[in-house]
Amino acid sequence: MSKKTKDKNWNYSPAPESSSSATIEKRYNLFINGKWVKPSNGKYFKTINPANESVLSEVAEANEKDVDIAVKAARKAYDKTWSKISAKERAKYIYRIARMIQERAREFAVIESMDGGKPIRESRDVDVPLAANHFFYYAGWADKLEYAFPMRKPKAYGVAGQIIPWNFPLLMAAWKIAPALATGNTVVLKPAETTPLTALKLAEIIQEAELPDGVVNIITGAGKTGAAIVNHPDIDKIAFTGSTNVGKIIQQAIAGTNKKATLELGGKAANIIFEDAPIDQAVEGIINGIYFNQGHVCCAGSRLFVQESVYDEVIRKLKWRMKSLIVGDPMDKNTDIGAINSSEQLKTIEKYIAIGKKDGNQIFQSECFLPKKGFWCKPTLFENVAQSDRIAQEEIFGPVLAVQTFRTVDEVIAKANNTPFGLSAGVWTDKGSKIFNVTSKMKAGVVWANTYNKFDPTSPFGGFKESGYGREGGLHGLSAYLKFD
Amino acid sequence: MRLEVLKTYKIYIGGKFPRTESGRYYKLKVANKTIANVCQCSRKDFREAVVVARKAQEGWNEKSAFNRSQILYRIAEILEGRKTQFIEEMQLMGISKSVAEKEVVFSVDRLVYFAGWCDKYQQVFSGVNPVASSHFNFSVNEPMGVIVSFAPESSPLLGLVSVIAAQISGGNSSVVLASEKYPLTAITFAEVLNSSDVPGGVVNILTGFRKELVEHFSTHMDVNAIVYCGTDKKEIELIQKNAATNMKRVSIYADKEVLADEFENPYEILKLQEVKTTWHPIEKIGGASPSY
Amino acid sequence: MKSKNKIRPNFSLSKRVDQVGVIERTDRFKTRSIKTESKVEDLKTVLSMIDLTTLEGADTENKVRQLCTKAMHLHENYSDLPTVAAVCVYPTLVKVAKESLKGSGVKVASVATAFPAGQSTLEVKIADTKYAVDNGADEIDMVISRGKFHEGEYNFVFDEIATIKEACGKARLKVILETGELGTFDAVRRVSDIAMYAGADFIKTSTGKISPAATMPVVLCMLEAIRDYYFETGRMVGMKPAGGISTAKSALHYLVMVKEVMGEDWLNNHWFRFGASRLANDVLMQLVKQKTGNYQSSDYFSID
Repeated sequence: MSKKTKDKNWNYSPAPESSSSATIEKRYNLFINGKWVKPSNGKYFKTINPANESVLSEVAEANEKDVDIAVKAARKAYDKTWSKISAKERAKYIYRIARMIQERAREFAVIESMDGGKPIRESRDVDVPLAANHFFYYAGWADKLEYAFPMRKPKAYGVAGQIIPWNFPLLMAAWKIAPALATGNTVVLKPAETTPLTALKLAEIIQEAELPDGVVNIITGAGKTGAAIVNHPDIDKIAFTGSTNVGKIIQQAIAGTNKKATLELGGKAANIIFEDAPIDQAVEGIINGIYFNQGHVCCAGSRLFVQESVYDEVIRKLKWRMKSLIVGDPMDKNTDIGAINSSEQLKTIEKYIAIGKKDGNQIFQSECFLPKKGFWCKPTLFENVAQSDRIAQEEIFGPVLAVQTFRTVDEVIAKANNTPFGLSAGVWTDKGSKIFNVTSKMKAGVVWANTYNKFDPTSPFGGFKESGYGREGGLHGLSAYLKFD
Repeated sequence: MRLEVLKTYKIYIGGKFPRTESGRYYKLKVANKTIANVCQCSRKDFREAVVVARKAQEGWNEKSAFNRSQILYRIAEILEGRKTQFIEEMQLMGISKSVAEKEVVFSVDRLVYFAGWCDKYQQVFSGVNPVASSHFNFSVNEPMGVIVSFAPESSPLLGLVSVIAAQISGGNSSVVLASEKYPLTAITFAEVLNSSDVPGGVVNILTGFRKELVEHFSTHMDVNAIVYCGTDKKEIELIQKNAATNMKRVSIYADKEVLADEFENPYEILKLQEVKTTWHPIEKIGGASPSY
Repeated sequence: MKSKNKIRPNFSLSKRVDQVGVIERTDRFKTRSIKTESKVEDLKTVLSMIDLTTLEGADTENKVRQLCTKAMHLHENYSDLPTVAAVCVYPTLVKVAKESLKGSGVKVASVATAFPAGQSTLEVKIADTKYAVDNGADEIDMVISRGKFHEGEYNFVFDEIATIKEACGKARLKVILETGELGTFDAVRRVSDIAMYAGADFIKTSTGKISPAATMPVVLCMLEAIRDYYFETGRMVGMKPAGGISTAKSALHYLVMVKEVMGEDWLNNHWFRFGASRLANDVLMQLVKQKTGNYQSSDYFSID
């Protein structure tokens, strides 16, 4: 027997998920009033697979006129049907949608990965099941709203205009549509222009579920279409997830109107590792915090704070772990990090990496082979970063981690909160009293202690400060779509 | 005949009663007679107030809820004791005695009402979220921080007290612009606050012109939320626009909403709270459980 | 005693482990997909890592001889198969095993130290060990005194391991933690540290007599201890999950874990073993299935 029976470099063979379970039409129209209608200007734009730049489909570009038609349909549906049917029936429609997503889970996962570049492992295990669960959770609320708000009489707003980002296309659609329907609102939703397909697939399900015409309208387009929704006079409520800049523009646009808004915006979360943390799990938490979904996560743990006494160990393990991350074909079941969502986003990330280098920060990137076509970025970290560095201040929205050190609890609390954002934070320590101290001091809407990037339909999500306002998920997510007499 | 000693009305910042740094004042006239010279606060006074409010907020929030409750109740006690003074002052500003009396007793009762909520709203409106994974997940309310407000113009005391009570019972600190027309009782109320164990800086009361200050209130980057009582559409729009600069939370009230009995509800506290959700793993080990 | 001179960290300060995080991590290994091309090689690797085991009260010399035959001739219809790494038996049967395996390269491992409970005196444990070594055991699988560990007598546990290590001479020492009796991952981590600092060449999960035996989370916890010990001292320590791994699929998950946590250096039978009795046949069935394309029946695979 040889001493070492196996010594060669061991790699997994490709394990591609078959795309045969997914049907993508050559062209998608707008889903308005329960029907697929052509855009009034006849314009379509292409949506591509960011992993190989091939065209997947072309989708309609809605202009102001189309938005108006969609809003009118939603208004009519609200007045004539949706506000008239009983809450119990409303619940059943939403349950039906939840089930149908589950039934077609694989198809959704495949299309999500093709259109957005995220690894199939994540769309299969995270995005799609969570989306279905979200519908499930809110379905049950529809006929129980009175219990959520003691001594109050909740009422729907009417028509909700919803604009969602490209990082979790189906999941964000679910986060928006499910509570809106449960509370009795009707919806005009616009998915992001780079990832419209799963929302359009969801429209198919909504049609199949026989939801009354016009209750959910899904229209595609870019920023202009979004602006038309925001500015439409007959929209009662705007729900937006996206960048802080656009969020501010929206708030300004609706100033002086009666429109209500919830805004879920950017972040620059601190992930804090204390010396008494369970280090190996903390390293996993760092990885999951910043490299999940290529770092295209508003709550990503993009600022890592490591206590100086364990700095060497943490960084050594972190770099080692980064080497085992598999970057590549999103459709491969073994892929950990897929493609960057668009060439535009890749440029932004590369710009920040260049800034990080120029500012003299020490860069580390895992060695991995990147495909020639498509948009890719190696998992990256910067050491010796200071609060004053731009990479520690601005949201990069990519797989780039800025590492800083600290000495004391008070120091790290101050540094962690030293940002205009306040979406999320992570704290790692085995000491209970320290957890309660630090988590209660974090100015952030979601704090993960000894874990990171966990989501659940029952758990409210949303930020402090410039990370926006309002909560999505849980009982709190209902109030975003209700007014009270 | 004895010559009456007139009171100088100053402003209330950080537990002290300074004059406006600007040296400006406006004449408060009732029936064409000047009854007081009132500080016309400047942008710098406001800035100063926000600085001390920020400093005071953390300590205020870290006091136990029970202690905050006692302090609010103490405010009510002191106010009750000075009822006559307030009634007379309101009469001086041209308000009838019966209205003035109501204004004061309602204010006392409102303080008592919100004092009671200090250590209760968290219990009623926090909760454990039953997430699917092995985590303990709970959501609690946390104060937004520094709140700046325009108190109802039409009310000499109840509007101001209501706005402040809802804010500080939830652990926020306040900077409030008093009614332009009825500023005197606001400053006298500051004296009540000052003798009621309310730490300096938790409540700061300014007087002056809404028109002048609305821009500064709504653009200050270290303000977390803004409460506007009134119906001026232009001002509301300006506030909502400016609030976007740092994503201030905006609450708009018509005066009568703040003055109504219905204002006595815990949702007024919640409007100025952020929801924080915390996750932590739950270790599930039975020595011999299959999940080990 | 030599053990007095060994570095002995304060084991009550051993690293903490978050159980939920460990399980999340192992769940991710399980989603790794290994396709045909790499699978055949990997399955052969699994075979080469097996400590084929029989530890019954009813064990006889004949039973052990049959097992040894199996160890050397896993499946005659399939050429180019490795042998297993070792055969693992009680001390009294070491001699028979040694003779049966002569010239095959398959090692003889023997449990010792009053296996499986370990409830005996140090003298008996030393004698047990020496007997096995004298009869030709290449490897000794000892059990730790779990009771003493729970009493907080970490020095006792440490000294016992160090003493047995001395008694082993050239034989490699595998230290069985019996994780199913330890209660928490923190304890697993702590005993792993004690065993390695006391001189263990391998740490091993279980005797196979207690449930749960080897699970991926507990093995991850031990692998991380090995890695930290290696970073600290530069000495490699092997890992042996034992008991409960009976399918090729789960064995491959373990290989994935070893690769991603430890790297290629540990991915051979000098540093990684499976203690198993049923695993070999399932792996063989998978190998034949890969070759023929047909799903297999156990009737075609010998059950020694």
